Parts: sequence; structure tokens; C-alpha cells
Amino acid sequence: MNARVYITLKPGLLDAQGKTVKSALDALGFKGVKDVRMGKYVELKLNGAKAATVKADVERMCKKLLANPIIETYRIELVQT
Amino acid sequence: MKFGVVVFPGSNCDQDCVHVLRDVVRQPVVTLWHQETSLRGVDAVVLPGGFSYGDYLRTGAIARLSPIMRAISAFANDGGLVIGICNGFQILLESGLLPGAMLRNTGLRFICRFVHVRVERTDTPFTNQLQQGQILRLPIAHNEGRYTTDEHIARTMTDQVVFRYCDADGQVVDAANPNGSIDAIAGLTTRAGNVMGIMPHPERASESALGSEDGRLIFASMLEAHAYA
Repeated sequence: MNARVYITLKPGLLDAQGKTVKSALDALGFKGVKDVRMGKYVELKLNGAKAATVKADVERMCKKLLANPIIETYRIELVQT
Repeated sequence: MKFGVVVFPGSNCDQDCVHVLRDVVRQPVVTLWHQETSLRGVDAVVLPGGFSYGDYLRTGAIARLSPIMRAISAFANDGGLVIGICNGFQILLESGLLPGAMLRNTGLRFICRFVHVRVERTDTPFTNQLQQGQILRLPIAHNEGRYTTDEHIARTMTDQVVFRYCDADGQVVDAANPNGSIDAIAGLTTRAGNVMGIMPHPERASESALGSEDGRLIFASMLEAHAYA
């Protein structure tokens, strides 16, 4: 099973990088962009087959290392292979 | 007083720290490789600046898992003196020895220049040779120096701020905050006071030839604290 983890800064925090990319998009003439939030994408290939177990494992990986709970939130997607 | 300067892959201020402690402060210094599990009897630990593990994932996130960090946590929890400078501060945050986290500077630039910081506390082992409200001139060199907390941490923090960014007159104003840190925080200690993180580099400002000797007072404070421990 594979897992996709999306890590982004918590909503309230200023995302300086996202803000800069937004102004770059503005400069290119893309006027419809209201906001840009940048983040990280992590792809994991995992041995487990049982979704609940795998999800719990990835959850722990996020809490212990992949994301910093003080500043980031994460979302996990499982993909059957 | 024996100092131990920790070396991670990607540390690049370790030799500056060794030089200042050995040749300027004139104390015995050993370097501690990140794979070591013993602190070899040092009296204080220095986590130097640099880019440990290439800043992969987040600054300090991988370094805190090094074998030496387990010994440093035990040492810190036992009251041992630990100073984390720049990347060292980031490692202390990621390891949970200090509360909070670092974000990219608001201006998105790597900032390398002298700043002023105001001394907010003199009752710590790192500031006992300084005066309340004294203004130090120290250099910063970082990309992720925007200190932040979450609501939970903000609620539980006491007066742990040791240094704040300020202007040349000691005023804490937005214009003097180089990276957007909340409360203009430049240096922070634990509640017990024996662990401090500081974004500016005192080791780069400990000799007159380098434009400022203010940083030396921080190391001198550690000596004083050790002498009366």
C-alpha cells in the first residue's frame, strides 16, 4: 500500500513563500488567484496491507517526524497498490 | 570549565565556537561527533550553527534524532548548561527541549548582518554578566528565524525570553525585527534556565577584529554560572 502525505502550514500562519508565489502569479496576469499556500508532499511505499494499521502508522510518522504539530497540519491519503 | 561543541553533518560554525572558547575565553574544548553517545564529562554543551543534515525536512528535524541528542537531553534535564546557536536553537526546538518552532523569515531572504538585541533577563546562566536592558550588537545569519508558538505553548510560557530584537536605542519595534519573530524573540530559555537558544551568533562577535565583542559576555556568563554552581 502507498500513502500520500500532504503537509501545510497551519491556516493562521503567514506563509511567506505562498504569498510570494501569489504575487508572481499576479505579475503573470493570473488575476483570479485569491491565495496560495505552499506545502510538502511525501510519498510512502509501505509493506502493510490493512488500511487501518497503515493509516495509524503513517499518523504516528507524521506526529513524530514528518510534520511539526506546532506549525503544520497534515492529511493522509492511502492508495491500494 | 570544559565545553563540548557538537558536530553534525552540515554544521559549519563548530570551529568558530571551538576557536572562541579555546583561544578567546581560554577554556578546554572538545568536539562531540553526533554519533557519540557520551558527553565525555563536559560541563556545558554548545550546539553550533550551520545546516545540520542539509536542513532536510525542517531545520533541526533530523539532527534531533542523532545519538548524541539523547545524552544532551538527559544532561539538560539534569540541569546541565546547553546553548544552541542559530541551527542549534532550531535543533533545541525540534527536540522539544525549548518550546516553539521556527518558520521561514517573513521577507523570504537569508539574512546575514549585524542586529541589535536587548537583554530581557540577567538571572540566567547565559546573561549574568549583562545588564538588564543592555543592547548587544550581534550578527544573524539565517533563513528560518521567525520564531513562533501555538496557542497551547503561548499559554504555558512564562518569562522565558532572554533576548529581543531591537533598534540601536533598545526600542522593540517592527522595523528592527529582522525575521518576523513573534514578540521579537531572539533568545529563549527553559523555565529552569539551564538551556538557551539564540538566533544571533555570539561566537562571531567575541573579538574586536570582528566588529563586536558583545558575544563574549554570554560565554563569560556561562563561566561565572559554572564557577558558582
